Amino acid sequence: MSSAAASTRRGRRARARPPRRRRYLLDRERILGPLLLLPAVLYLVAVVGYPLVLAIMYSFSDVVLGSPRFDFVGLQTFRRAISEPTFVHALEHSFLITGISQVLVIVLCTVLAFVLAANFRGKWFLRFLVLMPWTTPIALGAIIWLWMLDSIFTPFDWFAQKLHVVAPGGHLVLLGHEGTALGSVIAVQTWRMLPLATVIVLAGLSSIPRDIEEQAVVDGAGFWRRLFSVQLPLLAPVILVAVLFGVVFTFTDMAVVFILTGGGPGDATQVLPSWAFYKGINGGNLSVGAADAMFMFPVLLGLSVLVLRLASRVGGD
Amino acid sequence: MATVQTRGLRKEFGQHAAVDGIDLETEEGEYLVLLGPSGCGKTTLLRLIAGLEHPTAGDVIIGGEVVTGLPPRARRIAMVFQSYALYPHKTVRRNITFPLAAAGVPRHEWPEKVAWASDLLGIGPMLDRRPRQLSGGERQRVALARALVREPQLFLFDEPLSNLDAKLRTLARDELKEFQRRMGITTVYVTHDQVEAMGLGDRVAVLNQGRVQQIGTPEQVYDDPANTFVATFVGAPPMNLLTMRDTMVGFRPENFLPEDSVGSREGQLVCDFEITRVENLGSDRYVYGTVPDFDPEAKVIAKLPSTLPASPRPDTRERYVIERAKLRFFGVEDGERASAPASGLPGWSREAR
Repeated sequence: MSSAAASTRRGRRARARPPRRRRYLLDRERILGPLLLLPAVLYLVAVVGYPLVLAIMYSFSDVVLGSPRFDFVGLQTFRRAISEPTFVHALEHSFLITGISQVLVIVLCTVLAFVLAANFRGKWFLRFLVLMPWTTPIALGAIIWLWMLDSIFTPFDWFAQKLHVVAPGGHLVLLGHEGTALGSVIAVQTWRMLPLATVIVLAGLSSIPRDIEEQAVVDGAGFWRRLFSVQLPLLAPVILVAVLFGVVFTFTDMAVVFILTGGGPGDATQVLPSWAFYKGINGGNLSVGAADAMFMFPVLLGLSVLVLRLASRVGGD
Repeated sequence: MATVQTRGLRKEFGQHAAVDGIDLETEEGEYLVLLGPSGCGKTTLLRLIAGLEHPTAGDVIIGGEVVTGLPPRARRIAMVFQSYALYPHKTVRRNITFPLAAAGVPRHEWPEKVAWASDLLGIGPMLDRRPRQLSGGERQRVALARALVREPQLFLFDEPLSNLDAKLRTLARDELKEFQRRMGITTVYVTHDQVEAMGLGDRVAVLNQGRVQQIGTPEQVYDDPANTFVATFVGAPPMNLLTMRDTMVGFRPENFLPEDSVGSREGQLVCDFEITRVENLGSDRYVYGTVPDFDPEAKVIAKLPSTLPASPRPDTRERYVIERAKLRFFGVEDGERASAPASGLPGWSREAR
């Protein structure tokens, strides 16, 4: 083979290279990876990152609605936020509502998951019904509950009258008393988070190997021993994930309180998100509202880290 | 110690009978292997004995007592699953004590029993580890210890070796056999692996399509298969089957050898073997071909040990011999064992001098 022929071939190959390179551009991970990530990054920056930075800036400033002033005042805004009695109540209620509703969710979703995992006629219809609340927008769901809990037309009054809790013709006025209003908010939050938690636990339940369940049967364990000694420990990481979602969704939710009670009666059902909204948007004091909202941030951050770490430890080794 | 017996046992899933009328009885301390291809009903049969499935008809009798309606925990059995099914969130010790707790054994008796079972299986040093940290062989031993600790009257094994890699499997098989020999507990062992079945079983029950095809010692099942299914399922490569008018004649590949290497004696038959392909497997050579004088359709395999001085080549015709006493006969219609045809063996070129 002559060297001339070889060089011609090399030349042809060199000429053929550029279009091929462009064609395979998307095969290169360094280009394809960032390209695929870009929409998600843009979305997060615009919808989460920017408002978060803005809120942090506001909380260290004295900005109010309709005023061009913007001065950094350090921790002074936080001090003002804490000094209001309603803030303390809102903080307490946030923890109370989230805590109680999530304990209820854990118990109920485990029971529901076990029921739905069983084989029976109409299983799919029941699964569909259980999932329904999750498919309803929270505002719509809350409005439906507002009607259900109406002070005059509520169906609960009928039960209360039949059970002689109230006099015939009397009314409970569930949203009008401090205790029942708080209870109603907790009930609605439980109702809202239950479907997601149930689906998560149901998935976890079906991922327990059949061998292990049957081994427990053959080893002589009865229902309760299998439940508490085998199934629940194996479900623990999954339940933790469900709780993480539940806590985050409930702790940050203002729609239920806003629609059902408006934080009332008095401040009886005021929570951090609703209080931040009333203060910052309705009241126009953007900086104090932002500072109120900022109190949720470390709580949620710490919780997320804690639960994720627990979940990975239980599932990991 | 107890025996297990099934009487007319039948299990239907929808229209399909997974177990189709099985009568079996073990002896005390016997190692009975249920062998069959996947879907033959062997695992269903084991689960029926364990009480994990309820039979459509028939009875399970353990230790002379009908246990058909009873739950697994009333049967005093121990079962080892294919995956070993160790509780992943419990330590080895807690895995072993689980059946004790379930049986209501007083807590102060646990340490002694755990020590006994773990000493027996040599897992003392790993009692505080979790299953994830154990090798496949160690997991088997933990599963055995857990099965043993309650002192069951019957052991049930569901393909316990099939999750192990080939090297470990031989070792684990040996351990299983040794374990059973020492404990002397009646065992029913399910496998699709005939090597396991032959190596472990006192008796082997070959199952197909929900029925017992043959039950006997490994030698009986191998040397005297009851029908063509057993003949071709047991043994690797399977028994050669040649159709001869109204009879099928079968012989094992290792009994079919080149005349040049082994010579021929009285009582041997000689025929031409048309070689098409040779496979060298190291310790053996598989020689594929046909016997055109007799049944040109049927594929015939000869298994030559590598120690045999022979060099079979493809696309040649050689003379092979087989002992007359090694021939087995089956009915063409039903595949069941038959006696040698009275008319002799036409087609074989001649008997050896």
